[in-house]
Amino acid sequence: MKVASLKFQRNAGKSLNNKTLQSALKNIESRFVGARREAISHLDDFEAVRSRATTIRDQVLANLDQWLIRFEQEAQRRGAIVHWAETAEEANRIICDIARQYGVKKAVKSKSMVSEECGLNDALEAAGVQVVETDLGEYILQLAHEPPSHIVAPVLHKTKDEVSDLFAQHHHLPRKTGIAELCQEAREILRPHFIAADMGISGANFLIAETGSVLIVTNEGNGRLATTLPRVHVALTGIEKVVPTLEDATTLVRLLPRSATGQDITNYVSVLTGAKALDESDGPEHFHIVLLDNGRSKMLGTKLQAMLRCIRCGACMNHCPVYQNVGGHAYGWVYPGPMGSVLTPSFAGLAATLPLPNASTLCGACAVVCPVSIPLPDLLREVRHQQSLANLRPWRERKALAVWAWLALRPIWYARCAGLMSRVLAWLGGAKGRIGWLPGAWTRGRDLPAPAGQTFRDLYRKREKP
Amino acid sequence: MSAREAILQRIRSAQAHAVVPEVERIIANPVRGPQPAPVADLVSRFIEQAQALSSQVLRVDARNEIPHTVAHYLAENSLGNHALCWPDFLELDWIAARIVVAAQPTSADDAVGITGAFCAIAETGTLMLLSGAHTPAATSLLPETHIAVLDSARIVATMEDAWDLLRRERGGLPRAVNFVSGPSRTADIEQTVTLGAHGPARVLIVLVG
Repeated sequence: MKVASLKFQRNAGKSLNNKTLQSALKNIESRFVGARREAISHLDDFEAVRSRATTIRDQVLANLDQWLIRFEQEAQRRGAIVHWAETAEEANRIICDIARQYGVKKAVKSKSMVSEECGLNDALEAAGVQVVETDLGEYILQLAHEPPSHIVAPVLHKTKDEVSDLFAQHHHLPRKTGIAELCQEAREILRPHFIAADMGISGANFLIAETGSVLIVTNEGNGRLATTLPRVHVALTGIEKVVPTLEDATTLVRLLPRSATGQDITNYVSVLTGAKALDESDGPEHFHIVLLDNGRSKMLGTKLQAMLRCIRCGACMNHCPVYQNVGGHAYGWVYPGPMGSVLTPSFAGLAATLPLPNASTLCGACAVVCPVSIPLPDLLREVRHQQSLANLRPWRERKALAVWAWLALRPIWYARCAGLMSRVLAWLGGAKGRIGWLPGAWTRGRDLPAPAGQTFRDLYRKREKP
Repeated sequence: MSAREAILQRIRSAQAHAVVPEVERIIANPVRGPQPAPVADLVSRFIEQAQALSSQVLRVDARNEIPHTVAHYLAENSLGNHALCWPDFLELDWIAARIVVAAQPTSADDAVGITGAFCAIAETGTLMLLSGAHTPAATSLLPETHIAVLDSARIVATMEDAWDLLRRERGGLPRAVNFVSGPSRTADIEQTVTLGAHGPARVLIVLVG
């Protein structure tokens, strides 16, 4: 997927003025935020589970090479074939080769953000493989030729009416208007694809080193169908997804659905190990696992390492006041919201993602809800710092900060300038005490309250001595 | 250099200092995270949780009552009288209940699938199903109605307990372990929950004993 993050400001503006999108975004607060709060309250001690989950993820990252090798050994022992990909292109090439090797004509996909990261669908189509997304949200996006706007609810930005139009246009059936009818129609349209597909493609929520298994959480059952019916199963995921044991995966499963959709558990949790046995009537004959780096290993050992704990629940975006108002597309890549504003610069480069770490008020809500305690505001500040070190900030901002830094080291001059500024702004504010006109965007949307005309230093000097 | 070597080398060079690998020790002694406080009555906790996730639960005293209970449920919901089942259940007297059962690979047209369960988890009202030659995964997946027969003695408190039971009784994992918590659902359109997405739209748990 192409990175369009540089246009954040323009796209955010468009999103704010898009009435349909704004009405769709209202569901975040009512559905996700409230549901999460409720589901978390079902745990005896959320903080204890969260702290254990954080320890598990840190333990893996401290020895990631060892855990990956252990996972690979066990997966291979059970008959899976493990591939390693340094880049998105390499992952696509590997999966296209697998498709070619088994003469695959049609592939059904369960939702995978890593495959969006790679642009896998386009690569497979170019290799002559028909790809059908089967997660309802992803299927809708495939019909609409749009990228996801949320990592858990990819079609959050669309209203029911838009889905009705899209289905009527593509399915050549009478237009349905009820949500249940639309879901039923999608089920009926997609079922034959599951039956006919030669290959199922999924992501992995966790890789379990103990057993060499891929763990997938789903609600719709499409993940189960895509990994049970076709004769080939390919699981594509990031190298950071490994966890040591079944117990560790269980602790994380207590947090993932609760943080994501406010469910105590998803309808299905599938733990898949190896290819089918000779006496089994279902299951894939060939099981391939593709481990993708694509910038992840470069984050290890840096101040951004904690980001690799992420279990992709989406709670940070659900609780982000910026995301809640502009939606996911404004961020310009697969991963939106606070987690995306740390990941995208790491994966796609600082220069291509300049606005992202600033697309935040640093209010800290994301860090409060994160189930693996990622200090997202600190990491966003670190990305800002990296931009500054790389001289990527605009020259006016750099000059302004240089002037401020020069003054801040000279207290007498600093006090004089601050006093002068304060008096000038107070004068500009006049009797109203508000300034309605300043150059640039400062007062485009609202007035600037004028300062009192005296600085703290002035007042401190004049205070009554005890 | 292969991608594998390049990735592993990058990971190693990023690690601040050589850490003693404790991989095998950690795997040999898995640590449980915080679990819910123990409940006195696992069966009622399981039923409560399963119902909260839209599974239906019917209790019978003995296995021979299963066909009748299933027949009654199918009639009540106008689901016909044909069902697919795991071979384990062929021995029951389905003829007396006027139900036609077959133990064969599931096709897309089968309306009802009857399976057992390896065990169930009280914490979340979840069934644990293992794939195998006589326990195909598709039986609980393709039909619109999934009927699971569960022995009440096989209800454990948590998923951790379920893993222990599996290690003890089977020694390792089958190809697929499927945890099932109610009928399939989606909330992709306007975050409105709809039951019956790609998997079953109805789950009935027949609890024996």
